[in-house]
Amino acid sequence: MSATMAGTGNLPRPLMRVRNLMKHFPLRRRAIGLGRSSVRAVDGISFDVMKGETLGVVGESGCGKSTMARVLMQLIRQDSGEVVFDGRTVGDRTLPLQAFRRQAQMVFQDSYASLNPRMTIEDSIAFGPIVHGTTPAKALDRSHALLARVGLAPARFAGRYPHELSGGQRQRVNIARALAVEPQLVILDEAVSALDKSVEAQVLNLLEDLKRELALTYLFISHDLNVVRYLCDRVIVMYLGQVVEIGPAAEVFDSPRHPYTKALLRSVPSGDPLRRLDAPPLSGDPPNPIEPPSGCRFHPRCVVAQPVCSRAVPSLTDCGDRHAVACLRWQSGSGYSPASDIGGLPPIRTVEVSHA
Amino acid sequence: MPDANLPLSPPAVMLRDLHVSFTMPGKQINAVNGVDLLLRQGEVVALIGESGSGKSVTLRAIMRLLDERGTCMSGTLSVNGKDVLGMSSRALAAMRGKDVAMVFQEPLLALDPAYTIGNQIAETIRRHERITARDAAARALALFEKVCIPSPQRRLAAYPHELSGGMRQRAMIALALACHPKVLLADEPTTALDATVQIQILLLLRELQRDLGLSVIFVTHDIAAAVEVADRIAVMYAGRIVEEGSTRALISAPRHPYTIALLNSRRHAAEQRGTRLETIGGAPPDLAALPPGCAFAARCSRATDDCRAAQPLAFDVEPDHRVRCIHTGMTAATARI
Repeated sequence: MSATMAGTGNLPRPLMRVRNLMKHFPLRRRAIGLGRSSVRAVDGISFDVMKGETLGVVGESGCGKSTMARVLMQLIRQDSGEVVFDGRTVGDRTLPLQAFRRQAQMVFQDSYASLNPRMTIEDSIAFGPIVHGTTPAKALDRSHALLARVGLAPARFAGRYPHELSGGQRQRVNIARALAVEPQLVILDEAVSALDKSVEAQVLNLLEDLKRELALTYLFISHDLNVVRYLCDRVIVMYLGQVVEIGPAAEVFDSPRHPYTKALLRSVPSGDPLRRLDAPPLSGDPPNPIEPPSGCRFHPRCVVAQPVCSRAVPSLTDCGDRHAVACLRWQSGSGYSPASDIGGLPPIRTVEVSHA
Repeated sequence: MPDANLPLSPPAVMLRDLHVSFTMPGKQINAVNGVDLLLRQGEVVALIGESGSGKSVTLRAIMRLLDERGTCMSGTLSVNGKDVLGMSSRALAAMRGKDVAMVFQEPLLALDPAYTIGNQIAETIRRHERITARDAAARALALFEKVCIPSPQRRLAAYPHELSGGMRQRAMIALALACHPKVLLADEPTTALDATVQIQILLLLRELQRDLGLSVIFVTHDIAAAVEVADRIAVMYAGRIVEEGSTRALISAPRHPYTIALLNSRRHAAEQRGTRLETIGGAPPDLAALPPGCAFAARCSRATDDCRAAQPLAFDVEPDHRVRCIHTGMTAATARI
């Protein structure tokens, strides 16, 4: 039994269900003769966030991670699909936006831009609770308690402005502010990416502690695969607005199924001078989400692609152990011929380093 | 012929006791506080450290890119044997791009948005060499092929904003290599890129370095990226190099407590899910008010009064592995790598 459910004690139940989420951004200029084109940022995404888990989301820039986070928070409205929180559809009469945002909060990457420069940090943290009906005096008390909890002594820090803090301290303030309305779900969008490694480790430890104490659920979006592996119970791998693989972190990292996930994992430098990479696992930049490739969107960069991959669209297929992958190779009856498959990617080639 | 023993060519870059400070209203920021660094010909040295450690300032100092007003530089700084600190602005302009070139972190800011990339490369070549526009354009095309940009002819006519991030960084490397510099300075060239693109650029840099025999200083905060390309690594903290050695020695047997902590703090992947990460408590020191002793002492678990009293000297723990710590004997015994 892994540590997946540690802390909840109960059977896992979904806190948030995302169904067929779609968000296309129309482009103003359109080519003559063509229909109106759009950036297909989020293109049919479905998954569940279990209560008490940390769900990681990884993928290259432009794959729609941040757009998805913003749609989940309803900072932008989806074109279609629905988000169900704790059994109630977000935006419905049963769960209006204000009530939902008490339950779900977000921490952004840019710690400075996400704080009001003209408000002291104690006021920034107290702002949310006041909006939700707490008296200002109580909200300020809670603000001080939270500042202390995230490691910023209120006596020293409460009256400071954002520019008087370091990046790590500001991100602690943002975390405190997110927690001020006592949410169940916190969406962390590249929340530690701008921090130095030593500071990042401190903030990651803080996030782990808070999660345990307050029984929080995290949706952790990051491009840093090492951090995701350390922090997350389950992982979603996104490519061009779609989910290509989802499963327990240990499964996805140790036995990735999708060729994209494999290439992504191999692209991370090992940090070991004896295991340097010899050739990049993936060539080229991610393609344009305006006109994504036909069939499987990864096929132009895929080393095991077959002709069928440019025609058939793979669907997320269960491959056991709560692990699902959207690849024709893993989909029986898809027309992908495993006979010609030479067993996936070529082995990692490493080079010996010469020290003269 | 034992040419390895003949000191024929001067070192690509030599820094001796380099100090750089910035005068701000009411205070002085001591960004670089006595850096000694030797970059041999054909060698790749990675300068690693956290923000504010002085790594980028050191790099910019080599090309004298820091604003002369309010910047105070002292020490010795030479490139290919030529003293840079004493150069006239004319000599500097002749050196920049020709002898030394730099690759910046954010090509979108470093490239001129109003000119096509082909024009910018051709302009650089014609600034340094007597060559026709047509020949310069042909050189630009060859450079784009060298850095593996697909459909190079079309890309040369593109403006910087029309290219993807990885392509822009390749274009920037092509621009840096336009006049065949022997020394390449790379300031966080892959930090803004995705992992899949980062490894492509790292491998491209390594390949170009080997093919062209470049001497490279590679500044990064990402140790793993440094390991991928560097022959030697120098770790900076509060404007000083606290440890320097061959990549293998530094990774497998780090001696300075800061290096050890840095290596431990990035070891997420190996950690068991749920175990706490080792952190370095506290924050880097204020560069306007540096302590008299070791700058890391305030965050170091092994710090003693001796550490706080005086600046520890750098000494060789083994050939080509220097450390600035008076407790290295102890750290070697307890380092777990």
